[in-house]
Formats: sequence, C-alpha cells, structure tokens
Amino acid sequence: MPEPVLSAGAIRKRFGHLEVLKGISLDAGAGEVISILGASGSGKSTFLRCLNLLEVPDDGRIALGGEAIAFKQGRRGPEPADRRQVQRLRQRIAMVFQSFNLWSHMTVLQNVIEAPVHVQKRPRAECVAEAEALLAKVGIADKRDHYPAHLSGGQQQRAAIARALAQKPEVMLFDEPTSALDPELVGEVLRVMRQLADEGRTMLVVTHEMGFARDVSSRVVFLDGGRVDCSGPPAEMFGAPPTERFGRFVQTHR
Amino acid sequence: MDFAFLGSTWLTLLSGLPLTLKLASGAVSCGFVLALAVAAMRVSGSRLLSGPAQAFVFAFRGTPLLVQVFLIYYGLGQFRPFLQEWGLWPFFRDAYWCALLALSLNTAAYSGEIIRGAIGSVPAGQIEAARACGMGRLTAARRIIGPIALRQALPAYSNEIISMVKATSLASIITLMEVTFIAQKLISQTFRAVEIFVCAGSIYLLVNVAITRAVWALEWWLSPHLRARPREPAALEAAHA
Repeated sequence: MPEPVLSAGAIRKRFGHLEVLKGISLDAGAGEVISILGASGSGKSTFLRCLNLLEVPDDGRIALGGEAIAFKQGRRGPEPADRRQVQRLRQRIAMVFQSFNLWSHMTVLQNVIEAPVHVQKRPRAECVAEAEALLAKVGIADKRDHYPAHLSGGQQQRAAIARALAQKPEVMLFDEPTSALDPELVGEVLRVMRQLADEGRTMLVVTHEMGFARDVSSRVVFLDGGRVDCSGPPAEMFGAPPTERFGRFVQTHR
Repeated sequence: MDFAFLGSTWLTLLSGLPLTLKLASGAVSCGFVLALAVAAMRVSGSRLLSGPAQAFVFAFRGTPLLVQVFLIYYGLGQFRPFLQEWGLWPFFRDAYWCALLALSLNTAAYSGEIIRGAIGSVPAGQIEAARACGMGRLTAARRIIGPIALRQALPAYSNEIISMVKATSLASIITLMEVTFIAQKLISQTFRAVEIFVCAGSIYLLVNVAITRAVWALEWWLSPHLRARPREPAALEAAHA
C-alpha cells in the first residue's frame, strides 16, 4: 500500500474532565475523499482540528507525506516542538471552516492571494492570475473586488474554498462546510466540493450531508463517543450499516 | 461686546497653539508606541509580561493626570543627585519634557486598554484562518489582527486624542506657555476672565473639530468592507441607459 498523504494515529484529546477523542486513527491516501460522520459531540470537528494543530492533541501521531510532527512535553501538556514545522505543514493542509472565516477587511481576491503572497512568498502577479482562475472555477469571478460582508453565505464559502485551493494543498480539511448555510445555498457549495473530489483531491470532510457522504466520498468514517465506530466504502456502509449505532444514525439523518 | 478685545485676545492666545499642538502630538505619538507595547504585554498570555503592564495601567489610569505632572516635575527633583549621576537631569529639569512624559505615560495607559480591547474584538475565526494557512504570529499580527483591530479602535482612540489635546492645558501649571497659560496671564493683566476663557475654549474646540473630522475620514477610508455594497456594473449600465 502506498504511503498515506495524511496519517493520524491514536489521537487523544481531552478538555478538562471530558475526553473528547479516545484514540482515533485515520490514514488518508492520495485522492481519497473521506466523509467523517457522527452525532454532535462525537468529536469529529475536534479530530479534524487536531490534524492541522488548531487543537493540540494530548497523545497520538500525525504525519503529512511521511513527515511526522514533532511534539515535546510543555508545561500544560504536549505542544509542538517546532512552531516553524507546524507552520510549514499547515501550508500543505488547507482548511475550510463552517463559518467561512474570510478576512473581513480584505476583498475576495485579497483573501485568496493572502497566503500565497505573504506566507508562501510566491510572486504576486502569478498568485493573482491563479486566484482569478480559482474564483472562476468556484463561480464567483465577478465578485473578486467585493468584501465578504457583501456576499451571500454560499458565495463566501466558495470564496473560502478558493482561498484554500490557492495554498496548493496536498490535503483539504472541510469542517462542516455547509452547516452555516441556508438550505437553498448548500447545493452550490456541494457542487464545488464534488468537482474537487472528481479532480482527485485528497479531502477530509466533516459533514451532515448524507447525500455527499454517500455519493461523493470514497470512504465513510463514523465517530461515536470519541472513537471510530465503523468505517468503509459508502456503498457498504449505507447499504448494510455495520453497527447498530450507525444504522440508527443513518435513520435519523435522512 | 468688545470685538476688538476678543480679536486681539484670540491672536495672542494663538501664539500658544504651536506648543499645545507640539505637546499633544508628541504625547499621542509616544503614547501610542508605548500603548502598543502595553497592549502586546497584556495579550501575551505570560503573567511575567502582563502583570507589570496591568500595574502600569492601574497606576496611571487610577490617579489624576495633574498629580502625575506634579510628581514628575516637582517629585523627581528630589532625586536630583541620582538623576544627575545618570545624566537624566537635563531631561527632568525641563518642564516641557516633564509634561510630555506625564502626558505620554497617561495616554499610554488609556490607549493600551483601547488597543487591548480592539485586539480582543477581532473574531477568533479570522485569527484561526490565519493560523490554519501557516501564518506566523508576526505576519498574522501585521496582516490580519492589526488592521481589523485598528478599525475597531479608531472611535475610542479619537476620544483619547481629543482628551490629550485638552489635557495639555495642565502643562500651564508647570510654567509652559501654551494656550491656557497665556490665557491665565492675560486674565491677571485684564481681569476679563470670561472673554479670555471663551477665546481659549474656542481654540481647543477648533482643534478638536479638525481632529474629529480627520478621524472620521480615516475611518471611512479604512472601512470599505463595512459600507454598503458597491453597485453592480450591470446596475450602473442600466442606470446610464
């Protein structure tokens, strides 16, 4: 089996007395689209946030393209040993947030070129050309000079996806990308994500969209109580739920 | 009404305006730099840094500026041998520098809190997005947190600038010949307190109107994202047709 692009092993995380993640392992191969499902509080968002160190796990291993993130024991538990390594790896893992988190003082175009120009230090002209192509791809080329506050939720999320793509990431993390959207705007974002999946991008998607999980993803992972309850190809998972819990989850989330 | 007297008084008082403006702009500039340091220490998360900053704010916000001016100008005079040894005496001997120091420290305490509040109001999600794309702390402070916080801080900060302009009048009691000092001198010569103070007040008022307008303009210029959506090109064309 080829080396996974992103590999997480036995990730644990607790907040105070609450153990949110009780040892979750997940390998994402190149081009895989993994849907992470689970009831609220099952730890799926926390797990995703551990992968790019927005939350620092209490225990476990994370590696990107074979490069493991080094941890050291800090005063308040483990912390990354080398902040620069984390910054370097984050450039290769792009994240799309539930509430978009576009930078409100920048236009759409400025948002998209920010990381390429000021973090990855690529030539500005090249970044602008790429950004325009990306905005066209997500269907908001005409909004390049608009500020986020002037866009609909669906347009903002598509801008955020363009911003993530501009990093030229090896892996994309989606943290409930459609949960903050009005129902009629969900479709336009899912269409863009489906297009990315078809291009063979490696994606980890925390979602409540059963349709996306079933039709687009190559693998479905179901978290329950901070553990992986079951996982497998969507056809098998949805055809015959391997566990009673997942069966009940599918029933309630039609 | 004796307009000739008002006119000549106004012109006489105006000769104190350069010093008033020098004190105010000097104090606001030095105070801003100090305030950035105070705010940075306050939000650093290290108790070793935030503790002293908090104590500084507590002391300078909790005591009258007049007392601070007195303490620095008259109080430090008691430590003259020590200050001379350190070569600081020429600085503390001069009423101008003492006033500037007192005003700067005072505004640094207030502005530090304004800036800290503005930094705290930057949406956590936008900071998270900066971290998530691999931005380092300094770049995030410069590109994301700073610009957003600046816009948040401006209205409160313009208040602080205006109070500083007015606070320069306290320098008159340590013999600096700014607007208020000249006003008092004129009063002791003419005993026409009302006319003279009305003239002095109007000078401060004009300066502050100018400052208010300038900050409004700056706010407007910095906040295109908070204004109404620009009209779509299509709509514009339709309007011209």
